[in-house]
Amino acid sequence: MVQADPVGVLTGTHYLDGDHAAAEGACSAGCRFFAGYPITPSTEVAERVALRFPLIGGTFIQMEDELASIAAVLGGSWGGLKSMTVTSGPGFSLMMENIGLGVMMEVPCVVINVQRGGPSTGLPTLPAQADMMQARWGSHGDYELIALSPNSPQECFDLTIESFNLSEQWRVPVLVMMDECIGHMTERVVIPEAGEIELVERRYTNLNPDDYLPYKPCEDLVPEMAPIGYGYRFHTTGLTHDERGYPSMNAETQQRCVGRLLDKINLNRDEIIHVDKHYLDDADIVVVSYGISSRVAIPAVEKARREGIKVGELRLVTVWPFPEKLIRELAGNVKAFIMPEINHGQVVLELERCAGGRAETRLVKHAGGWVHDPETIYEAIREAAK
Amino acid sequence: MTVTEVKPDTTRKIPEHPKSLLLRMDRMPHIWCSRCGIGITVGCFASAMEKTGLSPDDITVTSGIGCTGRVAGYVKADSFHTTHGRAIPFTVGLALTRPDLKHVVFSGDGDLISIGGNHFIHAARRNQNMLVICVNNFTYAMTGGQLAPTTPVTARATTAPYGSFERPFSLPTLAISAGASYVARWTSLHIRRITDSMTEALQRRGFRFIEIIAPCSTIYARRNKLGTGLDLMKYYYENSVIDHNASVDDLDIGFQSKIVVGKFVDKDRPSYGKSMHEHFRKVLGNKYQPPVSGKMEIDKSWSGCTESQDTTVTDEVQS
Ligand SMILES: Cc1ncc(C[n+]2csc(CCOP(=O)(O)OP(=O)(O)O)c2C)c(N)n1
Ligand code: SF4
Repeated sequence: MVQADPVGVLTGTHYLDGDHAAAEGACSAGCRFFAGYPITPSTEVAERVALRFPLIGGTFIQMEDELASIAAVLGGSWGGLKSMTVTSGPGFSLMMENIGLGVMMEVPCVVINVQRGGPSTGLPTLPAQADMMQARWGSHGDYELIALSPNSPQECFDLTIESFNLSEQWRVPVLVMMDECIGHMTERVVIPEAGEIELVERRYTNLNPDDYLPYKPCEDLVPEMAPIGYGYRFHTTGLTHDERGYPSMNAETQQRCVGRLLDKINLNRDEIIHVDKHYLDDADIVVVSYGISSRVAIPAVEKARREGIKVGELRLVTVWPFPEKLIRELAGNVKAFIMPEINHGQVVLELERCAGGRAETRLVKHAGGWVHDPETIYEAIREAAK
Repeated sequence: MTVTEVKPDTTRKIPEHPKSLLLRMDRMPHIWCSRCGIGITVGCFASAMEKTGLSPDDITVTSGIGCTGRVAGYVKADSFHTTHGRAIPFTVGLALTRPDLKHVVFSGDGDLISIGGNHFIHAARRNQNMLVICVNNFTYAMTGGQLAPTTPVTARATTAPYGSFERPFSLPTLAISAGASYVARWTSLHIRRITDSMTEALQRRGFRFIEIIAPCSTIYARRNKLGTGLDLMKYYYENSVIDHNASVDDLDIGFQSKIVVGKFVDKDRPSYGKSMHEHFRKVLGNKYQPPVSGKMEIDKSWSGCTESQDTTVTDEVQS
């Protein structure tokens, strides 16, 4: 861990919306390369980066489209700078192929998706949480990556930094799954002193070029990177590859290559996953939520508690990988899980799978365009408590 | 019939390939067919590298997908085999974060001009720092010979079984009108000229484009009954006309038509990085912080780096 470079850190107490806070998170995290394409409701992130980067030594470029943006981000990260792009649904769809390339080449980078209602052009200016499964499965093939879900402008700042740290540590694209409501909600954001912001540095190899294999994993299953232009003369490809990084297209290499990419995240879940727990000790019913829906759930839970219903809250700060172990443990002790989502049932499918029929799972759905009325969540708690 | 069996002489040492410094000999044999034009262009590139005196550590090589897209996999430099069409924007990222290096994109016409066409014109417009080498074989070879945006009218492709009727792109015309700093076209037998162009272009900055008209012996030549790859190479060479001052109207290519080749553009125009740097310096004055490069970040965080590094940003570095 190293401390943040004060040049990018706007220490102080600010009044910012989530989009601007995320941009500041990137500046504080040491992100110095940004490539993006405007799309509501994420554009303010790019706009703030465009304003700030020339003042802090960053390079901002508005690309011709989102296909180009994510490709440039992968190139920028290989070039040695922490790199990021930001988008919303339609652009996220265009980025899918190269998010897969990022997974395959193991490129640290951050992609922010400020979710809006879909499908297609949908609701450009209104919130949804309906890209959650796309984040998990939208690129072709089997893969694992990390997706976080902030629920306040403060967290847009904090979790953007955290995303850079996770992406460097696990050499994987990290998605920050915001939504229009969080993106455009203005609140107090405290940016600490640079010395209080801890950053994960890229793990470059110390082996000399003759001994270095670009895709030979360390104990934590993550291979070390080599800097370009220093004699390593490595090759990297989106094709199935061996430890030398050379294409090797057969079933055995596929198993080894993809198997490790999955294990790298799955076997390290305990270290990666971050959840918030509230009132879980005596809970019969648990509201499981993420992002803006977790905030809307609070008054519902408080109201039910006041009425003596033993309801707890589990907030998924990390949505992917999913906290499977925790849900399996809880499922043995609680009667029901309730999940409010601004979609017609996405992450709840994973919740239900992990509950394995041992606890009832209820979805409180919403097609998007606005957040839940807390009463609907409260009603679901009451129903489950009957 | 008497058949003399020739036994390989196992005692003979295989001489080192003259271009082995720049090639991944541990990946040979390569996948390209015999008499394919791609290998020749890679040979020219290796010669150009030698002529410039650049080390493989001074460059990156990036490809998209296709037969030509495999070039990145055979060049012994830091090399990136990306997705179909995205070699150029990927290289935009490399070039802006590592302005101290030379960046080369080596890919096919379908890759660069069809699926990647938008990136091509925008990178040329911004004069992004990279040398783009395109092997134009008038078809999508890797996937079996489908129609490309370069396929000449009446030439056959699997998806144009009755011959093409679409007007193809002339790639130099596209590059010139989008604003590229350097534009040349040769056929694959213009070995010395290709090498000279590559040598020259490697030493320039901004967006540089070299098109090489080359045969796809196995698919395009065969389907269109144009003889062997070698026949076709000779045909292209013999039917080419060198005209450095050609007007863009002369650059279209018909089926087995005359091909105008030459160096059409070689001008100094500030690259994207340089324009950005100068603009911000002018409008922001002291508030402007010149961009950090990936090299500076690497030098800061990498304990494997032993050389002492100069971390000051110069205009040259920023161009
Ligand atoms: C997104 C995507 N679409 C389609 C393909 C299939 N594909 C692979 S190579 C190729 C065409 C390559 O043609 P060209 O760039 O001319 O290269 P050549 O093989 O002729 O050298 C296509 C269509 C792909 N890999 N990815
Ligand atoms: S298929 Fe055509 S382009 Fe591809 S390697 Fe063979 S000859 Fe070359």
